[in-house]
Amino acid sequence: MSGQLTASVRGRTGNDPVGESRRQLIRDALAIAAYALPVGLVYGLAALQAHFTLLDVVVSCLVVLAGGAQFAAAGMVKDGAPWLAIAGVTALVNARHLLYSAAVAPYTAARPRKERAFMAHFLTDETFALSLTHFRRIGRLDGRGYWVAALAILVPWTLGSAIGYLAAGAVDTRRLGLAVAFPAAMAGLSLGMVSGRRDVAAALGAVAVAVPLGLVGGASLGLVAGAVVGPFIGLAVPASPAEESSAPETPEPSAEAGLP
Amino acid sequence: MSLGLIPLAVLMWAVTYPARAVPMLAPGIERLPPRAIAYLRLAGPAALAALAAVNCLLTSDPQPRLLLGVEPIAVAACVLIVARTRLLLPGVAAAVLLVAVARALGAA
Repeated sequence: MSGQLTASVRGRTGNDPVGESRRQLIRDALAIAAYALPVGLVYGLAALQAHFTLLDVVVSCLVVLAGGAQFAAAGMVKDGAPWLAIAGVTALVNARHLLYSAAVAPYTAARPRKERAFMAHFLTDETFALSLTHFRRIGRLDGRGYWVAALAILVPWTLGSAIGYLAAGAVDTRRLGLAVAFPAAMAGLSLGMVSGRRDVAAALGAVAVAVPLGLVGGASLGLVAGAVVGPFIGLAVPASPAEESSAPETPEPSAEAGLP
Repeated sequence: MSLGLIPLAVLMWAVTYPARAVPMLAPGIERLPPRAIAYLRLAGPAALAALAAVNCLLTSDPQPRLLLGVEPIAVAACVLIVARTRLLLPGVAAAVLLVAVARALGAA
């Protein structure tokens, strides 16, 4: 899909595929922000029930910036689990970020080391999904695009968590169906990365591995196994022309790439 | 002022950050063999599809169970809308609305 999109973008906007891709990125980022805020409300409530202070909640959002691990930690703190156990669960839940970082790395390789080290802190599920889709559309790194993606989750997640903590359950997020927003957004963004049969095979293969293994060994194990094995399944399928022509270009430093 | 759980947040960061940073900071990542680059290209759709599937098809109990409710239908509806419109927001909004309506009707 991204290859076709890039072609159609060029057709509509002449020589400005980056501008059109950024507009698409902002539209997608708004969707992420729209669900991050209410999910943050739920986290704020969970943290309150685990006797976090407001400062703990805000610092956790800014420093850890990993929703799944933060939810798990709130539950474990509430149950009186030792911190080392919480750290172990956090490491397991966030192991998938290794793959995200490796997938983004070819695009960021030409950027200064300090900048890459700073960018890495913000590499959440959502930042990865939004920014990599954008990079694949334009075939190179776009620093501004990366920070749009990062802020689209950081700001509403932190704000929502603080409001949830202070408002303490004013919104019934389960009844409103907000929990489905995260998997729906991830599935939609996954579709945005599909440009040929290899991508489809990798995505379907990942699901086929993740769900049964998740049932047996837990969701985190299923997730990591699906993410690792899925690409091998994709590689076993012959590449379509769109996939062969959409490999990342060697990223070059540019004036528009950089910190906000 | 008590530090409360801030040291725990720092500990969680300390075990999360290396996974996010090491591949991005590893020298020579841009000179990987074509096969490895092709693998990394496929990691994006694979990871996100797995993330979506695990979050809508499995419960988050200590012993996960298959969740056969309105959520997978809502996610499928989102995918269809995104495929047609190429816009994420209407897809996510439709998924949330579908689940909210199903819950209001007592069907989920």
